[in-house]
Amino acid sequence: MSRAAPRDRRRDRREPPATDASDQEPVDIPRKAARLRIPPGYLVNRLLTLLLTIWIAATLIWIIPRLSPVDPADIMLGRMAAGAGAVQDADRILDQLRESFGLNDPLIVQYVKYLRNIVLFDFGLSTATFPTKVSALIARALPWTLGLMVLSLLITFFIGNLLGALMVWSHSPKLVRIAIPAAMVFTSIPPILSGLLLMWIFAAKLQWFPLAGAYGLTVEPGWDWAFAASVLHHGFLPALSIVIVTFGFWALGMRGMMITVQGEDYVRLAEAKGLRPRTVLYGYMIRNAILPQITAFALKIGLLVAGQVLVERIFAYNGMGKLLYDAILDQDFPVIQGVSYVIILMTALAVFLVDLAYPLIDPRIRHGSDG
Amino acid sequence: MTGVTTRAARRRMRRFDNPWTNPKLFCGAGLLLAIVALGLLGRLLWDLDLVFTGSAPLKLPPIGFENLRGQPGVPAHPIGTDGSGRDMLALIAIGAPNTLFVGFLASLIGMGAGIVLGFTAGFVGGRTDDTIRVLSDVMITIPPLLILVVFQSAFGDVSLTIMALLIAGFAWQSPTRLIRAQVLSMKQSGYVMMARLSGAPTHHIMFREMLPNLVPYLFGSFIANVTTSIVTAVGLEVLGLGPQRIPTLGRTIYDAISAGALIQNLWWWWGIPTVLLAVMFIGLLLVNLGLDEISNPRLRRLGR
Repeated sequence: MSRAAPRDRRRDRREPPATDASDQEPVDIPRKAARLRIPPGYLVNRLLTLLLTIWIAATLIWIIPRLSPVDPADIMLGRMAAGAGAVQDADRILDQLRESFGLNDPLIVQYVKYLRNIVLFDFGLSTATFPTKVSALIARALPWTLGLMVLSLLITFFIGNLLGALMVWSHSPKLVRIAIPAAMVFTSIPPILSGLLLMWIFAAKLQWFPLAGAYGLTVEPGWDWAFAASVLHHGFLPALSIVIVTFGFWALGMRGMMITVQGEDYVRLAEAKGLRPRTVLYGYMIRNAILPQITAFALKIGLLVAGQVLVERIFAYNGMGKLLYDAILDQDFPVIQGVSYVIILMTALAVFLVDLAYPLIDPRIRHGSDG
Repeated sequence: MTGVTTRAARRRMRRFDNPWTNPKLFCGAGLLLAIVALGLLGRLLWDLDLVFTGSAPLKLPPIGFENLRGQPGVPAHPIGTDGSGRDMLALIAIGAPNTLFVGFLASLIGMGAGIVLGFTAGFVGGRTDDTIRVLSDVMITIPPLLILVVFQSAFGDVSLTIMALLIAGFAWQSPTRLIRAQVLSMKQSGYVMMARLSGAPTHHIMFREMLPNLVPYLFGSFIANVTTSIVTAVGLEVLGLGPQRIPTLGRTIYDAISAGALIQNLWWWWGIPTVLLAVMFIGLLLVNLGLDEISNPRLRRLGR
């Protein structure tokens, strides 16, 4: 951190950043030909931020349960008692459980062990479904979450940016320019509310779509059409409930950027040259206006992830959200910790990748490393 | 005479050009006030003891509807009752303001911390600035919901205020970044240089010269944070965490889903809190859009 940070500060003093949250600095003309490589100083800076994020998150997840008066071994014993009626030698079993959870070691030893385990994605054993490894549970749930997320994200990014651009474009039909802002008011609500409404209308009332699950009970998971159709059928409502409430965010940002781009000289020139309005829109305006949207994505992803966790919970979709919800019901701490850690790791990685991709997408951006 | 014309001109300006008379801002604020009014009038006009479990018949529909057992709605419970015999009107009269309260308190605390940290980072610079900048960069990546899930599942029941405090722990990053960026850019501006050259003390520059210019940004950031905080709070409640005994809109939705209200067609149970939350978010969005137009005149022109 220390190597890159002072440079950053100097840059800020020289040329104060605008309200834009991006940490980069536009340069009018690239001196050399467009450089499609990431400056090493910037790479190191982002990498250290990534590691710091993961470390802080992991530490928080570790410290918080240890400040609490609740003892995981106690809960475990309580579950055994509830299952078997009574437990003999309760104290001895409690001690054994503590030993197997490593709760008898000094705190610092526990912490170091925990950090080592978390790097290896070893979160211990689930207490609710006892001998199952937490990592196995997560590995089973993760593909569903990632699939739903990538799909809904791509759709919403595409629709949102297109609508946002059309709102500003002077050639778009009047209806579009009036209808979209009105419809966008409803996109301020979180996906869980839209999910509830869609679920009620299309699953409970009309019964067009199933109420719960990620695939039908009658189909066998496998690479065949029946399974794929079932997955699409089950995934449609969760994806839709995310899309209809998130496209407004992109549309709003795009609208702001398009207003700025609209007045630029190159757009005027393109229009004066007599290019078709559609060519000007796609080739000149959207191409330039869409770039800051990609950094906006880095800031938004945390909320998107949280929203999706909740959508999965209400649709009982077989992803991380359902796993987390079941773990909360069962007070299954290892699973709660593991799921939270993996989701935070995913978020931090996504932000890191967006940060790295940005200079590749926009060659005008130069990073503070060679200033 | 000049006094008269300037006053007339000022009045004209106020009527036509004052950016604060923004229709979106007014509509949004109206919706939010309606929810506050619901809470206040409910306390005055309605018997809030009906919020206790078993104080009314179970699963009664609103007036004019019938539930699956063929029971009609009764005037004693105009918008129905839930699955454990609580009056919905009393439930939302207490729950809606509670939800709003958590959002505003969390955002207020986050904002306060953001102002202090942002100004400190922008003014002090050096290592302090680095630390604050890196910390806010790191913390903005971590989704608050997940850390809070770990926290609340470890600690169990919390009060509304504690919940707001916990959420506030994740509401300071974006105001900090915003204010730091603005302070750094304003430090270079003419009027701040002027103030500094004329020997004004630092706190004067901070609070009398800079802060007034930040007001529209601060309001915008504040409202955006209220939205995020409420989303986080509702998220925790829908996962079954958060305050266990105090009615909130999210908790009501959790109870409804857990009891299978969607399949049993008890739409008023989950529907009324859902609609109220939607009204809340739409109100906050409208306020935010209005503030955007106030601080960015280009958007204003587009709206006309």
